[in-house]
Amino acid sequence: MATQNTKTLARLMMAPSVLLLLVWMIVPLAMTLWFSFQNYNLLNPGNVSFAGFFNYQYFYTDPAFFQSIWNTLVIVGGVLLITVVGGIAIALLLDQPIFGQGVVRILVISPFFVMPPVAALIWKNMIMHPGYGVLADIAKFFGLRPVDWFAQYPLFSIVIIVAWQWLPFATLILLTALQSLDGEQKEAAEMDGANFFNRFIYLVLPHLARAITVVILIQTIFLLGVYAEILVTTNGGPGYASTNLAFLIYRTALLGYDVGGASAGGIIAVVLANIVAFFLMRAVGKNLDR
Amino acid sequence: MGSITLKNVSKVFGEAKVIPSIDLEINDGEFVVFVGPSGCGKSTLLRLIAGLEDVSGGQILIDGKDVTQSAPAERGLAMVFQSYALYPHMSVRNNIAFPLKMAKLDKAVIDKKVTDAARVLNLTDYLERRPSQLSGGQRQRVAIGRAIVREPSAFLFDEPLSNLDAALRGTMRLEISDLHHQLKTTMVYVTHDQVEAMTMADKIVVLNRGNIEQVGSPLDLYKSPRNLFVAGFIGSPHMNFVDGAYAQSKNAKTAGIRPEHLNLSKDSGLWTGTVKVAEHLGADTFLHLDVDGIGQITARCDGEFGAHHGDKVFLTPDEAKLHRFDDKGIALRA
Repeated sequence: MATQNTKTLARLMMAPSVLLLLVWMIVPLAMTLWFSFQNYNLLNPGNVSFAGFFNYQYFYTDPAFFQSIWNTLVIVGGVLLITVVGGIAIALLLDQPIFGQGVVRILVISPFFVMPPVAALIWKNMIMHPGYGVLADIAKFFGLRPVDWFAQYPLFSIVIIVAWQWLPFATLILLTALQSLDGEQKEAAEMDGANFFNRFIYLVLPHLARAITVVILIQTIFLLGVYAEILVTTNGGPGYASTNLAFLIYRTALLGYDVGGASAGGIIAVVLANIVAFFLMRAVGKNLDR
Repeated sequence: MGSITLKNVSKVFGEAKVIPSIDLEINDGEFVVFVGPSGCGKSTLLRLIAGLEDVSGGQILIDGKDVTQSAPAERGLAMVFQSYALYPHMSVRNNIAFPLKMAKLDKAVIDKKVTDAARVLNLTDYLERRPSQLSGGQRQRVAIGRAIVREPSAFLFDEPLSNLDAALRGTMRLEISDLHHQLKTTMVYVTHDQVEAMTMADKIVVLNRGNIEQVGSPLDLYKSPRNLFVAGFIGSPHMNFVDGAYAQSKNAKTAGIRPEHLNLSKDSGLWTGTVKVAEHLGADTFLHLDVDGIGQITARCDGEFGAHHGDKVFLTPDEAKLHRFDDKGIALRA
């Protein structure tokens, strides 16, 4: 890609896909923006009129608004913490030579192949159910009272379910990064008198920095919009205890039939996501250019 | 102090017996080079000494102390790796300071030692750089610096120059030799390059298939190789081996004559040969000849001796410098 000629050619060849992606992004965004300034309720679809900033004001003054933002951040932060720490731990274990390595690796990765509603339903009915969940059985075995997870710790339960789904992804990325660590560097550190802990702090962790950054960035994108797990387990409740921004928008649009209000919420979500992205890139983005 | 003794050391990887059994004595302050073709077990032997591999049998003693079961760090050795194995995310300063930091030394002491090492190795201007911002030779020096600061009882080098270009290799060879004279510490050096072995070593250990073929000073090995393998491996260009009638006339199965011990003439001599390739190096010329009744012979002659492809030349081996080998390939002494 050196000469003027190849550069022009490359741009021409890329143009269709760039254009397609641009349209794909611009059209829904523009429509959402348009609807967010309209009085548009599906219960009364004939009566559409300009609303000004009323939809924004309506969404902002929704009693669940700030709680949903907080919940969104808790889900993102909690899942990131569990998956990154747990992912590193599991990757370190899987990097050891063990019997049946291939099978173990596939087993560890498999939760990622289970679609979110299915995973959430399994957790809801087979693991966390206070009557016949596995956790309840364990509690009963020890003579304790079973925990009603979704009633008592709704947000924490959601975090656990989502973390379970994303742990394999983090593990996979971190494991491949771990395997690319130069063996001679480890040996050199060993000769330099670094024990396992020091080798991890000074050699492994800096080596993983880039992979951890990738995991954080990619997961954040998906975690900001967690929805299916909430829908099939707590349905946002009790009250608004496990409602995040995406779920609040869904409530407004499809339970309140308020397209205008939901669109305003969508635009707010886009702005918030960009704020998160901005701080995230400032915090960890420098690991990417090395 | 830094004497290393190997007693009956062996190493087995699965079915493969990489090192059947080796006994070796390395004296304090010696520069010992392990040399041999690839796959001869020289790197494995070094890693056994370093403690990066477990021995399958035998004992390793450092300064008379049995370290066979000790962890690498406890052996008091420092190693320079082929890939340098620098820590990529640390500055040169932190790379060199790392072993000291692991030894929990005082900050001021660490600083002083790092500065001293950097001065010795001409790295003072590069202390704040990352390894990726250094040239190959500089990286090599950082790796050596990281080894020096620990003040080990012996240095281990695993083919440290093989990633450098030819000119730099020559310079680094001198620098390492110079360092050895300054520090007077035992150094064990692994290489497949017999030029490095000849120029740097006090003692060369020639290895072949996990066995020691011969141990001796460079000139010992050059003058009186114990067998065909050592004779063919040490010396550049390689020794010529002549079988058949000529060897029998000298009461040997094989006669060996080095390229530099062949007298060349344009008008008379014992053998007649045709020049196939003439490599003119300036001071010397290497002639690759097709000799009647014998075959391929390499001869070294003065750069002034004009010979080109297709020329006829006459050769006479210097009888006093002839090597004779019996049918098992063992050298026959006069």
